[in-house]
Amino acid sequence: MGEKVLMKGAEAIAEAAIRAGCRHFFGYPITPQNEAPEYMARRLPEVGGSFTQAESEVAASNMLYGCAGAGKRVITTSSSPGISLMTEAISYIAGAELPCVIVNVVRGGPGLGDIAPAQGDYFQAVKGGGHGDYKTIVLAPSTIQENVDVMKNAFDLADKYRNPVIVLSDGLLGQMMEAIELPEMIDPASLPEKPWAANGMMGKRKKNVINSFEILPEELEKMNHRMMDKFVDIDKEVMVEEIGTEDAEYIFVAYGTVARIIKTVMKSMREKGHKVGLVRPITLWPFPTKVLSDLANKDSVKFFLDVELSFGQMLEDVKLSTSCKKPVKFYGRQGGVVPSSDELEDIMTRHINGEDVPTGGV
Amino acid sequence: MEQITHYPKPLSENPIPYCPGCPHGIIHRLVSEVIEEMDIMEKSIIVLPVGCSTLATNNTFNFDTMQAAHGRACAVATGAKRALPDRVVFTYQGDGDFASIGAAEMVHAAARGEKITSIMVNNGIYGMTGGQMSPCTLMGHKATTSPFGRNADTHGFPLKVCEMLSQLNGPAYIARTDATTIPGIKKTKKAIKKAFTAQMNGLGYSLVEVLSTCPTNWGMTPVDSIKRVKEETIKYYPTGEFKVVEGLE
Repeated sequence: MGEKVLMKGAEAIAEAAIRAGCRHFFGYPITPQNEAPEYMARRLPEVGGSFTQAESEVAASNMLYGCAGAGKRVITTSSSPGISLMTEAISYIAGAELPCVIVNVVRGGPGLGDIAPAQGDYFQAVKGGGHGDYKTIVLAPSTIQENVDVMKNAFDLADKYRNPVIVLSDGLLGQMMEAIELPEMIDPASLPEKPWAANGMMGKRKKNVINSFEILPEELEKMNHRMMDKFVDIDKEVMVEEIGTEDAEYIFVAYGTVARIIKTVMKSMREKGHKVGLVRPITLWPFPTKVLSDLANKDSVKFFLDVELSFGQMLEDVKLSTSCKKPVKFYGRQGGVVPSSDELEDIMTRHINGEDVPTGGV
Repeated sequence: MEQITHYPKPLSENPIPYCPGCPHGIIHRLVSEVIEEMDIMEKSIIVLPVGCSTLATNNTFNFDTMQAAHGRACAVATGAKRALPDRVVFTYQGDGDFASIGAAEMVHAAARGEKITSIMVNNGIYGMTGGQMSPCTLMGHKATTSPFGRNADTHGFPLKVCEMLSQLNGPAYIARTDATTIPGIKKTKKAIKKAFTAQMNGLGYSLVEVLSTCPTNWGMTPVDSIKRVKEETIKYYPTGEFKVVEGLE
């Protein structure tokens, strides 16, 4: 591994993208992720890359399409309302099967909401967001180090499957500073060729077309099926962290910032003799269905407690994965409010004691 | 027999996918002739957004093609050009795509002086969707969404793209021509060549607006359509060069 530095989350994401061989950034200012484009504006010229501040997220995401279509590793970073504007392009990017990375530093919503950490964009990221039958690979880091570590993975997965990858970060991860270890720099010239790219024939091949348009229903259906086969194939890329699930009776399910808080809760509750566990999906799509299904089938597991910074979006996938064989309880905070470890310990303890427990604060 | 003309290599010999009497085929050919004469086919990338030009995506041109979302061609071309500054990247858009839904993208590509070229085919109507009013539909003209004729009170006024963009610092070359007369066709070819030259010399953004017709949706014969351009369109949309940056001549 490379050097150890103290960095703000949003800047760390930007540097990690560069080290993953990305040399092109297109974006539009929005809080709480502005440090990423600001960093890119300074840093990309140093490594021979291009930084473009677009006129809108609509334009930025279509520039991403053009750059990815030309065969380059490319990234944009934005936050919830900006991602809503990008969903048109994300559908086209998925439809034209272009690899690129989109970082969503999620903030409170809906509408303008606020600029504090939230997880209300789970459905948008995981269930599509844009029009048509497509999927985006969604990675959900829970620390700044992990946010750095997943960037190479994000670009590799995007290239491997020719599919957009969303990194679902949040306002806490974007704004916090932590000591991190940066990976080694990858030379973009060392990356595999993209023979499908529309980067000029240059006397080497026949024309390439970057396209999601097919007027004949039977032909479009074939294209849909080919893409669906790919999505089924992507299922093998599931990443998940399990802690204490071997003997756990009560299992937390959480991702991102929340999961990190729960790790503190786990330690405290284990010391008090409670057999608690944690399932932390790192890929939100593909979802770790099998892990949760296997746990639901274990006699020792009494219930799951899903905790989110929303009214329960991942909750639906947890229920589907466990086929409701065990109770799936829920606790959520909204509006950018982040629960404390004491609060979550109290909620879990009351569930264990069989008390009536609220599903949220306020 | 002596062969005096030939199919330009950048244009495929597949049937042109447009309605009878549509000038798109002429303009496609002009673009292809310029690309062949400038010997830039191998490094050209065309961006085709949504509208009638979408039909050219797969089988019409013989060089690299990107299909873009409605109105987003200038953004897609910007992405491709920033990735590959030595390629010739251009968009081919209708007036609805370019001047309405793509207004933000074209203004800012022009303002940035993005080294791309746009060819905007202005026939004052949404052809692909069946003849709705476009940003360039002339006053009084009937369309399916202006059934009593375009009027200022309800619809406002047709947008003058060349006049607007020529006020900006970013563009290197801006011209309006027509594809409905022999001199117009010749001037269109010259303008496209100049626009590509501006791009290749790194001088900035270039635009050629080409006045065209839509016999199908105008509900006119091709001949009457051409007459209408001469008698009405050109009066509101005068042809000529609106901006030629120093060093391009």
